Amino acid sequence: MRRLFVAALVLSGPTARASDTTPEVSAAISTLLKVSAEGAGNEAAATAWLKLVAAGPAALAPTLAAFDTATPTAANWLRSAVDAVVEREQQARRPLPVDTLAAFVRDTQRHPAARRIAFELYALEAKEGAAKLLPTLIHDPSSTIRHDAIAARLKVVPEGPTSKAELLTLFTAARDKDQVEEVTKLLRELGEKPDLTKHFGYVTEWLVAGPFDSPGGTAYGNPLPPETGVDPSAGYVGKGGTKVAWKPAQSSATYGTMDLNSELGKHKDAAGYAFAVLAADVATPAELRVASQNSVELFVNGQRLFGRDEYHHGTRMDQHVARVTLRAGRNEVLVKVLQNDQKESWAQAWGFALRVCDATGGRLPLTQVLVRGGTPTSVPLGNLKTEPNKETK
Amino acid sequence: MRTLILLIVFVGPASAADWPAFRGANGAAVSPEDALPVGFSETSGLRWKASLPGRGVSSPVVVGGRVYVTCSSGMHDDRLHVLCFDGGTGAKLWHRQLAATGGTNAHPKTCMAAPTPAADESGVYALFATGDVAAFTPNGNLRWYRALAQDYPAVTNQVGMAASPVLVGNRLIVPLDNAGDSFLAALDTATGKNLWKVSRPRDINWVTPVSRQAGGRVEIVLPGPKEVAAYDAATGAKVWAIKAGGSIPSPTLARDTLLLPAGEVVMSKLGENGRAEEVWKSTKLRTGMSSPLLYDGRVYAANPAGLVMCADAKTGQVLWQERVKGPFSGSPVAGDGKVYVINEAGEMTTLKAGDEPEVLGVSKTGEEGLATPAISGGALFLRGDKSLFCVGPRLGG
Repeated sequence: MRRLFVAALVLSGPTARASDTTPEVSAAISTLLKVSAEGAGNEAAATAWLKLVAAGPAALAPTLAAFDTATPTAANWLRSAVDAVVEREQQARRPLPVDTLAAFVRDTQRHPAARRIAFELYALEAKEGAAKLLPTLIHDPSSTIRHDAIAARLKVVPEGPTSKAELLTLFTAARDKDQVEEVTKLLRELGEKPDLTKHFGYVTEWLVAGPFDSPGGTAYGNPLPPETGVDPSAGYVGKGGTKVAWKPAQSSATYGTMDLNSELGKHKDAAGYAFAVLAADVATPAELRVASQNSVELFVNGQRLFGRDEYHHGTRMDQHVARVTLRAGRNEVLVKVLQNDQKESWAQAWGFALRVCDATGGRLPLTQVLVRGGTPTSVPLGNLKTEPNKETK
Repeated sequence: MRTLILLIVFVGPASAADWPAFRGANGAAVSPEDALPVGFSETSGLRWKASLPGRGVSSPVVVGGRVYVTCSSGMHDDRLHVLCFDGGTGAKLWHRQLAATGGTNAHPKTCMAAPTPAADESGVYALFATGDVAAFTPNGNLRWYRALAQDYPAVTNQVGMAASPVLVGNRLIVPLDNAGDSFLAALDTATGKNLWKVSRPRDINWVTPVSRQAGGRVEIVLPGPKEVAAYDAATGAKVWAIKAGGSIPSPTLARDTLLLPAGEVVMSKLGENGRAEEVWKSTKLRTGMSSPLLYDGRVYAANPAGLVMCADAKTGQVLWQERVKGPFSGSPVAGDGKVYVINEAGEMTTLKAGDEPEVLGVSKTGEEGLATPAISGGALFLRGDKSLFCVGPRLGG
């Protein structure tokens, strides 16, 4: 019966029927979706925004659904309109359309950000229903819904060995560092050995080459020989005329850090490269998430995917996110890491960490292909050199 | 030409009682009001207290009795909030949210709600460290929105941006000094579109600009790590620069007097085209995070160690120093013969302005916070990490 009810909610929800949306609301949303760079479309959008808000609760579902095709800029016009509609209804003490909101939350094909908004509104209107629904959403595509769901389950995990199965489930579901570490701690108390590096999908085995010269940071954005195609047997002229060749390097850090000061020596005004080959069985949408104190550029299959030219302003896990669809078969990943000439003790780090994951931050079914002595071998992502160290970033 | 005339007509504070930007009208940090409160206690002096949905280093601003506040929240500090409260009652009038469209990496001490919004009769202009900037009417209707880090993807400051926008006529001046695509821009207050955008040095800089009329134009004066530069508000043309500056505390510009906090605090007479005559400079008045205050012929500076220094504005000679509890990130503000300094623990010390040190009172919000207070409508607005406090007599009471 419950299943039938849920199905009915989904079918009657906001997700489908164009007939549910008035022409005025459709036109207003269409105008908001057209805003573009440097404020283009702002004047028309301001008028459309007022019309959308004036439509009241009937505008909620189509506005949330419009997130599916909205740019980040347009999405903020939509988001603020939802706020205004909801606020007006609350001030008038009118209930929000709770069934519609619940259905929208359950429709996991919808945009995660819109579903998050819908969930919060649903929770405002139906606190008990939301409290029941939340723990079922530990695998949700919305990272924040998933996080809250896992947090709700963690609150009620029983103490002792009976919790092991639940904790293993939560470990698999968890995507955020704080929760992964919390669950890992509990599992270790039960004798389990969760592997964080593999869980997060860090690329740990690289070929590295450098140093190359980068006076005044000029190598950023300016291709050096490795960017024209990596031949692991190639040699280059490096910084100061030194001979540079590719050599294997493997991270020993839980969060995948490659320390180029250790691998290539300590250099300033320099560039270094790290190269890895990933294998995918099928074409795979992926996120490459990089952390570095240094300027970095990222290339996948010869195409520049991302660059950030900034030095020693801090680092954190998943600092930079680049999206790509990996090919079926072989995929070449090249990371260029630049070091500047700052002399302060806090400005000496030269390195990076990179992981490959899905849009939720979850591990993908990929392997690394190693070329050692001419014979390719496959290893899983997250293969560490030795026992993980105590690195926490 | 018509634009220039309009600029000249409208430059200046929205009205005497308003506190429309970071450190009030043109960053002077001084209220013209009198009968301001000394402080508050657990049992009296607090008009209202309102919960906030997130942190903010930004200050509240007040125009027409409406108090505007920005906050940021979320696991990745990527939920951006703009709220409006009734200054008299503390009633929340509206709350809008945006999702960050630029990077949210930052030093843990700051957050994405670091720039203080600017406001006038048309509403509020809220800039976030993510490069998101939105204009709302006083009633919370979205007038326009820009995602500057989407428009200019090389914008980057992973320590966190904090310089605040300022309103100059029909221009919202947006200082976005950063390590990548660094710029100063004037956005049309009606549409949000660029009226001009000029490149700036690729340096991180948290200084909020000030404006002045000089040489038949309105100048935007913006200190940075290596120079103080002035830009024509009408065109964005850089009209002069002098070698001085700093990247954290903000300057004060009162007529032709420029108080510039950098490695040293420098008082100058500023002529046309950047002719600057140094009157005095002082290392004793260095402040760290907070900006020094120029008030009624004296300079007040709150240093990180918890010393409040008072110096003669004509000579720079230190008149007195008073040890209070620091450290300070928020800047001192003044009005009605009182100087208010609030430390990072939310403890506000009220000092009597004058040639002798006199502590009039100490008040505690009980809440950490880094923001500079606002003064408007006979009340102080203090912003903690979780709450907004209005200090003043209750209406009708």
